[in-house]
Amino acid sequence: MTELLRFANVSAGYGPFRALFDVSFDIQPGEAVALLGANGVGKTTIARVATGLLAPSSGTVTFGGTDLTGAAAHRFARAGVAHAPEGRSVFATLSVEENLRLSFRRSKGRAGVDAAVGQAFELFPALGQRHRQIAGTLSGGQQRMLAMARVIVEEPRLLVADELSLGLAPIIVDEVYRNLDRLRQHGCALLIVEQHVGHAVALCDRAVVLDRGRTTWIGPADQASERLVRNLFQTESPMENSPTE
Amino acid sequence: MTLAATLGSDLLRALLQGTPPGTVYALIALGFVLTYKTSGVFNLAFGAQASISAAMYYKAHTDWRWPILPALIVSVFVLAPGVGLLLERLVFRHLRTASSVAKIVVTLGLSIAVPSIFELVFQFQGVAGRTPEGIVPNGAGVYYDPFGVYPFSRNELMTMAVAVTAMLGLAALFKFSALGLQMRAVVESPRMTELNGIRADRVSALSWALSSSFAGMAGVLIAPRFNTLAAPDFFNLVVVAIAAAVLGKLVSLPRALVGGFCLGWIIALLGTFLPRWSRTQTWLRPFQENLTPSVPFLVLFGVLVFWPAIRRAREASDPLSGVDPPPSSVGSGARGASRPRFSRVIGLALLVGIGVIVFIRADTSWIFLVTQAVVMSTIYLSVTVITGLAGQISLCQGTFAAIGGFTVFQLADRHGVSVLLAAVIGAVIAAAVGAVLSLPVLRLGGVWTAVATLAFAYLFDSVLVKISWICGGGTSLLQGTRVPRPVVGPWDFADDRSFLVLTVIVFIVVAFAVTQIRSGTVGRTLSAISGSEVAAESIGISPARARVTAFAVSAFIAGLGGALLSIHQRNVNYGSNFSPFAALFWLVLVVSLGARTVQGAAQAGAAFSLFDTLILRGTFMGWILRSSKRIPEIFPINPKWRFVFFGLGTIQFARHPEGLVEHGKRQMRRRVDALRKRRTGSGGSIDDASPVSTPQPSSEPSNETDTAVVPVGETTR
Repeated sequence: MTELLRFANVSAGYGPFRALFDVSFDIQPGEAVALLGANGVGKTTIARVATGLLAPSSGTVTFGGTDLTGAAAHRFARAGVAHAPEGRSVFATLSVEENLRLSFRRSKGRAGVDAAVGQAFELFPALGQRHRQIAGTLSGGQQRMLAMARVIVEEPRLLVADELSLGLAPIIVDEVYRNLDRLRQHGCALLIVEQHVGHAVALCDRAVVLDRGRTTWIGPADQASERLVRNLFQTESPMENSPTE
Repeated sequence: MTLAATLGSDLLRALLQGTPPGTVYALIALGFVLTYKTSGVFNLAFGAQASISAAMYYKAHTDWRWPILPALIVSVFVLAPGVGLLLERLVFRHLRTASSVAKIVVTLGLSIAVPSIFELVFQFQGVAGRTPEGIVPNGAGVYYDPFGVYPFSRNELMTMAVAVTAMLGLAALFKFSALGLQMRAVVESPRMTELNGIRADRVSALSWALSSSFAGMAGVLIAPRFNTLAAPDFFNLVVVAIAAAVLGKLVSLPRALVGGFCLGWIIALLGTFLPRWSRTQTWLRPFQENLTPSVPFLVLFGVLVFWPAIRRAREASDPLSGVDPPPSSVGSGARGASRPRFSRVIGLALLVGIGVIVFIRADTSWIFLVTQAVVMSTIYLSVTVITGLAGQISLCQGTFAAIGGFTVFQLADRHGVSVLLAAVIGAVIAAAVGAVLSLPVLRLGGVWTAVATLAFAYLFDSVLVKISWICGGGTSLLQGTRVPRPVVGPWDFADDRSFLVLTVIVFIVVAFAVTQIRSGTVGRTLSAISGSEVAAESIGISPARARVTAFAVSAFIAGLGGALLSIHQRNVNYGSNFSPFAALFWLVLVVSLGARTVQGAAQAGAAFSLFDTLILRGTFMGWILRSSKRIPEIFPINPKWRFVFFGLGTIQFARHPEGLVEHGKRQMRRRVDALRKRRTGSGGSIDDASPVSTPQPSSEPSNETDTAVVPVGETTR
């Protein structure tokens, strides 16, 4: 058992709506995996299952050899899974510093909080200047930086990043990816949900291509784009289409 | 010189005099802010939580003669946090994703149910005339007079000390401690807090235990100010305290404290100086008596309406709320036509049958109860319009009904106008008041609309009721507010049976009007707005206009119903019929049984007037067993149970806004449909229970069959 995260025949959904069907894949320690696919194929749902936000209806999720199927999100977090969810991923009503303290108090202990906050502000000086500002009033890019600062200092074993580049200026997207790369070099595995295929493919080792709640292809990231395009054109006209593989 | 000195000492005395009540407001406001900050719930049940601890303390210390300390521990540190934990676990944990309006309805239900449960369990009865003791020995008997102007009792000093210490302690908790930070984080997003490795459930349970203990502490401390320990008193106090809490936008503890003190001071200053000014300024006299008690409600109403920051202070939404399945749609559930038509015919036949039996066989007391049920159903249709159709919570329906009742009293008793005409005029006046009120109130939205209407109800209760040309004033307290029965041509409605017929006719007309409104332009517009206000506006709908219409129509119906109720009882009976707290139960009843339909209103009316006699006293059981002697001994059940039943019934409002009865019916229909489907062996039509599934690609490379996920309708094509 060397893999860090393992999905085995995972199905999941929201109420009566089923979003994932028997999804299986794994992530090795330190590996970066991209989840690719069109809108609504279940990428975010996989991210949520991988971080404990959503309990799978069947199948198992193991992390670091421990079965965490159906466990609460805080157990995933304590095991070393960090999640930067889609959209706003900071507490809008807390200040910048409080956002960081909230998270470091648990991961670094009472004594380590100040040092960790200092480290975060060293990495992102812009945040240090705004440490008393309410996080909800930060710009989208600054909120992303705050989320990244938290994750980088925490040094998780796996970061699940959902649409990190959404709504950000290209220059900030580059910054975000530089930080993801930095995380990788520290040995953190990545599970990246991204519609910017180019960015994701450049960073990741492997890609998982999804279609309508199922994995259709898993392979080296650099071959993923071609596969994705084929997928798109296949599903465009399902009536005339016949299985090709 | 002497004038200035007297003025100075009067000012000081007024300020000191205003400090003890100010402390009480401050204490409750702090608790209210604490609950809001740590749970995100606009907790109108705070007063109920405070009242049961006060009652527990009274029971233990005075009735059971326990010493102060154990009585305090049991009431504040055992009962109160226990209740908080129970509320969190059983109620509010499941309401995290519910709208703030749904939550406020639940807290209303709880503020009726919780004290009743306590009274039933501990066989406690609100005592009149016996002042509860405070938590310091001889608290009301020993006085200290630091300035030689106004003496403070020990109880008052203790309350002040606790309020200031609590404010400092709580401020420190939120400012410096990890727990305080976690509590604030959980309110914004429990799931995101979990992602930080923190157990959100545990933090939220702690929050409730803490705020509930605080409520208990406040209750025990302020109890000596009351001579009864009735839940409505505590509820009134919470409404007053909301005025103070609102000054701090519901999140600032120091501002809530200062707001509470300021309220106390303003009231004391007015109480001291207004009588003096009115000696020379005669026009001030009518206000002199009534202004003082109404200050908090004036402040609350004024702040809500004129301070735009409140409206703009929108709660930060949970970015991860999408993880939960979407809440049941407010507009969902148009029932299919065929079966309901069948059941409607049967239901109508049954109703007519019962009506005939009542009309022919019933004695005076039954006729009275049935008439009351019909009249209440008419009033409840006003809730159907404003809550069921417009999705707004109005807590001043009692006031509109009272306006109807008082108009009939004024016009018919004092000016000899025809009673029925007076009733219609009353309804029109109520509608006008409703329309005017709705302009500032409805743009507040959500919780604030509810609070502003509540403030209006209390304003009416504390000022207008006492003015002679509006509601009869002081004389009505002595002589009663006589309301005659109408005489129309050959029909004299003094006869109870004919009056029943009249009320039934009015109910049918109003019910028909409500169904017409619901299916007409206004109804469609309202349902569009409740679906999405932004989307409705983008296609040219004016939400303001539709809502003002709904509010005015609702007020008209309430006014008409209130007039009928007064005519029926031959007296307005404001206190027992229409007072703000009494009218809360109306909303609770209608919402728990069904706020969408005429049927729901009718059932609520029947429940209001017949539930006690029919069910709780065992009469119905007696009919089934065909002898009143065979009624089991558990009957009669304490009538307080109805407050428990219907109060707790509101809890399901968040998940099933259509109400208990309608929900039950839909469940039944689903079962019948499922059974039928199993019998025939094939899928029927897609009903509203059928799961929405992702259509599966036919081009899927895998060979598996997807029987489980193909939409039901597909198989029958």
